[in-house]
Amino acid sequence: MGVGIEVINLNAWYGTNHTLQDINLNIPANHATALIGPSGCGKSTFVRCINRMHETNPIARVKGTVRIGDLDIYEDAKPVEIRRRVGMVFQRPNPFPTMSIYDNVAAGLKLNGFSNRRALDEIVEKSLKNSALWDEVKDELKKKSGASLSGGQQQRLCIARALAVDPEVLLMDEPASALDPVSTSKIEDLIFQLKSKYTIVIVTHNMQQAARVAEKTGFFLNGRMVEFDSTHKIFTNPSDKRTEDYITGRFG
Amino acid sequence: MKSDQFKTRSKVRTIIDHLVTSLAVIATALVVTPLVAIFIYLVYKGASSLNLAFFTQVPKPVGEPGGGMANAILGSGILLGLASSIGVPIGISGGIYLAEFGRGTKLANAVRFTADVLNGVPSIVMGVAIYALIVNPQKHYSAFSGGVALGIMMIPTVCRTTEEMLLMVPHAVREAALGLGVPNWRSVLSITLKTASPGVITGCMLAFARVAGETAPLIFTALGNQFWSTSLNQPIAALPLQIYVYAISPYDDWHRLAWAGALVLIILIVLAVSLVRYVTSRGVLKGAS
Amino acid sequence: MVLCAFSIFGIVILIAWQLILRSQLAWDKFGMSFFYQVFTDSYTQQKLYWDPVNEHFSALPFVFGTLVSSFLALLLAVPLAVGLAIFLTEMCPRALRGPLAFLTELLAAIPSVIYGLWAVFVLVPLLREHVNPLLIRSLGWTGLFGDDNPTGLGFVAAGVILAIMILPIISSLTREVMTAVPHSQREAVLALGATRWEMIRMAVLRNARIGIVGAIILGLGRALGETMAVTMVIGNSPEIHHSLLANGSTMASVIANEYAEASADMHLSALTEIGLALFIVTIIVNALAQLLVWAVTRGAPRQAH
Repeated sequence: MGVGIEVINLNAWYGTNHTLQDINLNIPANHATALIGPSGCGKSTFVRCINRMHETNPIARVKGTVRIGDLDIYEDAKPVEIRRRVGMVFQRPNPFPTMSIYDNVAAGLKLNGFSNRRALDEIVEKSLKNSALWDEVKDELKKKSGASLSGGQQQRLCIARALAVDPEVLLMDEPASALDPVSTSKIEDLIFQLKSKYTIVIVTHNMQQAARVAEKTGFFLNGRMVEFDSTHKIFTNPSDKRTEDYITGRFG
Repeated sequence: MKSDQFKTRSKVRTIIDHLVTSLAVIATALVVTPLVAIFIYLVYKGASSLNLAFFTQVPKPVGEPGGGMANAILGSGILLGLASSIGVPIGISGGIYLAEFGRGTKLANAVRFTADVLNGVPSIVMGVAIYALIVNPQKHYSAFSGGVALGIMMIPTVCRTTEEMLLMVPHAVREAALGLGVPNWRSVLSITLKTASPGVITGCMLAFARVAGETAPLIFTALGNQFWSTSLNQPIAALPLQIYVYAISPYDDWHRLAWAGALVLIILIVLAVSLVRYVTSRGVLKGAS
Repeated sequence: MVLCAFSIFGIVILIAWQLILRSQLAWDKFGMSFFYQVFTDSYTQQKLYWDPVNEHFSALPFVFGTLVSSFLALLLAVPLAVGLAIFLTEMCPRALRGPLAFLTELLAAIPSVIYGLWAVFVLVPLLREHVNPLLIRSLGWTGLFGDDNPTGLGFVAAGVILAIMILPIISSLTREVMTAVPHSQREAVLALGATRWEMIRMAVLRNARIGIVGAIILGLGRALGETMAVTMVIGNSPEIHHSLLANGSTMASVIANEYAEASADMHLSALTEIGLALFIVTIIVNALAQLLVWAVTRGAPRQAH
């Protein structure tokens, strides 16, 4: 089951660049939340703060509090642990080219010491089914390499890989932006199915996509969160003028 | 949170992570140590033996103290001059061909592969080949044969660096030259080469520094010479060769000279390498944007 | 321009031709067995390999010596070189990276004869006084460390100095292929909750492994042809022993030692044939290494380290 995410006064820097300023936010459990905004507004940085990937950059800095469920992820937990519990899917699919489909999905599990063949088989099958890829690859799990799939399939493989380690949150950073429309709609259907089991945060450039999949939407601008409300309200009757300008296409 | 099944291995994984980090640091230390040790020892031993006589005198007969390696320094200079006159023109021309005219062709790939083969030939084998090609027919050892051997060894390095540097010249520069109505080969020579010249020169310096320390190809081509010689047709002394001969000799005096020679050689090479690094890291193509 | 390019072809062909030509004599007499035959000394009934006086020429001890010294060097150098590369690429603080990389480059630029000089006067005494006795005491039972050569020269000395010499090239090439692994692969592994070492293992080393093998093979190629430093410390004896502390000889060292003084045609021809064998082997090894490295970096231009 998913958990809620509470963000309190989050600030982030890349070197001297104050990328995120005083973000305050409550992301509801078992829902899909979309984050929209023009390029460079900090939405990618924001999600990377949730799974503590932001700090892997040597010039990056974070201040503030992020709570996943009851857990303060910066004070009370180690990055390695958090990254297992918060899965991430990237903009460009990045399956491991030297591994088979099976090994790709099992990668995270093997890291954590899972060696029982039967347990692995089960989890791999379940994850691939949850990412709507099972039927397409079930006969070639160990023969085909992760990189030999099509773009859309690769992304679903990455989703399966993330789901295999049983996260509570799934972060998706523009997951369909590198894909064709058919694959995109498949991913969007997937999000619909997944959100009952996980808390999903999806960064997207595509406002129609946000409207299609997310119950809540947050609008980011210049490192600040301008407005956070139900998707319906954001797109039909935003409270902030800047949100309205962005929605109607005046900029971005 | 059902994280318990994941928590069990977490401690072990952390320990392994720290262990690997330590191993990597140890490996680094083990690599740096002999390097530093060699340099310190060289400076210590070499500096105490280095004096003016080293640079001005030729070796004295065994048993007489003193003497120097002036003939070896001169000999190296002559050999390297000859080598450069062979290696640089052929190498640069080869590089120009690979970068400008033959780009992508099968012939160019063959040339590049051949240059790599030449690069991989052990220097002692080069000596054997040159002995067969030049020394044997001429029936005597000579500075000329040594210079040729070294020159051939310079070709691959110069060729490769020239090609790389020319490829780094932005296309815009070439197009500007062509737009001025200059026929292709002239535009290459005058503009592209000039733009890439700092890089090309450093490539030559790199090749120069590499062959300056080569001993094996000289053992039976230039042979070495205890006396002062400037003739290309006679055997000639060379710094690395002299160092070798003195190092394996049983005489302390000669050992001293070997250390001094080694110090001089290493200083020259360190200077060349540092210069190369400085030029390439500063951005070779300053005027290219 | 094209002419000069062709001259490179011409030079290599000339070299190969001369090597083949001059080794004809020995090849006609001994054929392939040149590389493995064993003679017997008529007086002592001992195994004999290389006896110019009686025209007994077998390259076996030199092939043996080259292989043993090179593999010993690889054994010592590879872990250190890969460890160094991992440290520099993934763990090193930014400020240290430049100086350390420069230091490694300097190691690569030191001429062989200077390595030999240092080895003769520093390394060999060190081995003789401290290391070899220790090896004999602790590992003598393996049969690999006999105590009948107290000079400190021999395969161990050659292996160590060779290791120091091939280390920089293995390390810098390994760094190159590791850096070529896309950042997205590293992120993918980290996002699954991997420790830094697990990330290095799964994302970097795994993806770059072909290139790393190529780097190791290139180091081997360099070790096979290395002459001066090895000649100065290996003891120069055309015999085969099972002790790593024994004196030996390599293909390159025997040429360096005997070529200038050899007068008999057969002697010269035998030495040239050894040179030809070295030529062919290093071409194959280097070509293989280039292929493997290219496969990973896809011929991308060298980055400044």
